Amino acid sequence: MARFVGRRLLLSLITIWLLVTIVFFISNVLPNDVGRTILGPFAPQESVDALNARLGTDRPIIVQYVDTLIGVVTLDFGDSYVNDDPVLPQLAAAIGRSTKLAGLALLLTIPIAIIAGLFAARRRDRVSDRAVVLLGVTSSSIPEFVTGTVLVVVVGVQLKLLPVLATPPPNADIPTQVRYLLMPAMAMAIVYFGYIARMTRAGTIEVLQSDYTRTATMKGLTTSQVMRRHVLRNALIPTVAVIAVQVGYLFGGIIAVEKIFNYNGMGQTMLFAAQRKDIPMLTAGVIVIGIVYMLATLAADMTIAWMNPRIRLDADR
Amino acid sequence: MDVTITPQPVAPVAGPAVTERSQARRETFRQLVRRPAFIIGNIVIIGWIITAILGQRITPYDPFNQFFAGHLPPSPEHLMGTDRLGRDVLSRVMVGSRDVLIIAPLAALLGVVAGTLLGLVMGYYRGTVDDVLSRIVEAFLALPVVLVALLTLVVLGTSPLVVVCVVGILFTPIVARTVRSAVLSERQLDYVTAAKLRGESGPFILSREIFPNVLGPTVVEMTVRFGYAIFTVATLSFLGVGLQPPSPDWGLSVAEEYNNMISGAWWPTMFPALAIASAVVAVNLIADSLQSVLSE
Repeated sequence: MARFVGRRLLLSLITIWLLVTIVFFISNVLPNDVGRTILGPFAPQESVDALNARLGTDRPIIVQYVDTLIGVVTLDFGDSYVNDDPVLPQLAAAIGRSTKLAGLALLLTIPIAIIAGLFAARRRDRVSDRAVVLLGVTSSSIPEFVTGTVLVVVVGVQLKLLPVLATPPPNADIPTQVRYLLMPAMAMAIVYFGYIARMTRAGTIEVLQSDYTRTATMKGLTTSQVMRRHVLRNALIPTVAVIAVQVGYLFGGIIAVEKIFNYNGMGQTMLFAAQRKDIPMLTAGVIVIGIVYMLATLAADMTIAWMNPRIRLDADR
Repeated sequence: MDVTITPQPVAPVAGPAVTERSQARRETFRQLVRRPAFIIGNIVIIGWIITAILGQRITPYDPFNQFFAGHLPPSPEHLMGTDRLGRDVLSRVMVGSRDVLIIAPLAALLGVVAGTLLGLVMGYYRGTVDDVLSRIVEAFLALPVVLVALLTLVVLGTSPLVVVCVVGILFTPIVARTVRSAVLSERQLDYVTAAKLRGESGPFILSREIFPNVLGPTVVEMTVRFGYAIFTVATLSFLGVGLQPPSPDWGLSVAEEYNNMISGAWWPTMFPALAIASAVVAVNLIADSLQSVLSE
């Protein structure tokens, strides 16, 4: 297991380095003149030069690149062009608020989706299975902002069940916070339901057809024993992988959801940065989310290796 | 496998093989049309394509004409009401399909063509090429699509061409990974070995031998990517970096009107939003049917 972990960690480091390089290319190499891009075509040349000097974008590309790499290692992503404060603390606070929202969404969706997937797999090709698959395809096809607006109109405005803005009053207790976050979390949960349910269904069907499941049934275990001891552990492996991949999508969809519900998280921060052309903030945001995604897939790989010895033993060989 | 053999001219594929292939194709088609999901998906998406082509010739009103000073609820004259500038929502929803139905397929096409080429090369040549490209693909997969698109569109400025390129490039590694794994299982098979022994070149084997056999997953991937391209382009328009006003694009319409939902004017937001949902769901229904028929 130690060798497996070591190998995966090394590969993740290489991937993070490549990721930073790609993002550096987009934000520092693609624009000919970063200061000009931020200030627009009509700004006087002196202000452009001053801004480039301040951002350090007047230096040779190689120097900027090394500087960016050192910045990532020392967790210093530079200062925001808008308010001159270091980018990372602002981002961290915003990501914290977004994590609350995303966490609630996953908490809502994972149990229901897994149950739906298991249910469908055991009734394969019957009407109820087709219904779950159809529901899954539909729910994962509808963009979060569409679900969000429909929810606002129906649940918020017409039925008046939940608040239409996500930011709770300051010092609200946890039930109140959940009440405010429930609707945006639902908008996100619906998209993930489809992915997770379909993955669970596919994984379970494969395991149910396997020889060891047949053996377990033949030696006289009850259905619930077979499911618990033999099927679940193996069937949920693809599900764990897909949940990790969702963490990446989570932060894509969250931007639109935060915009609709006016929630001051990662998404709003990135959107404000985009409107003000705050390139340092956007760059840091992409890199940080990329690293979070890498860590999530790493954690998923570890979980999968722990669930299935064959995978970790393969790596040890 | 470095056996030097004088390459013999290969006779064109004989008659029986062709009829066999077209027979198989007909069988696949027959299985597809038996699925209601496939039929419904096609009806919806072809409907939107027809509305996009006919555009203003079939809308009840001029989609850019401002009739009243503001919102008017749905009524027999304006079936979907009017938006904040008094423009007919139904007409705008009908015309709004055009931009996204041009941009999304182009982005999907770019992603699938580039991804298929990359996947073929990675899967066939293996070794260092594959290792290096795999790492790069992995890094691209870690990029949050919407965020990177946001950053790139800020850096390069918003234009439909940039949207196509950004979404297409971000889809490339996803397609490459799928095609690579399909190629990996094909290259073990006897027909590839036979072609190598005949002395065929790598590009020939890839394009004439392996590619036709991984066409199934590629077609599925193309459909799936088309659905996600609509999804992503609509999201980008909603965030204000996709299509720009006064385009009647669906995502943009939702962005312009969603603030008015709370005061009760739900129609200019709801109808374009449902239009987006219908298009993506339709494409994914087709993709799902293709996947289950072609994988059998």
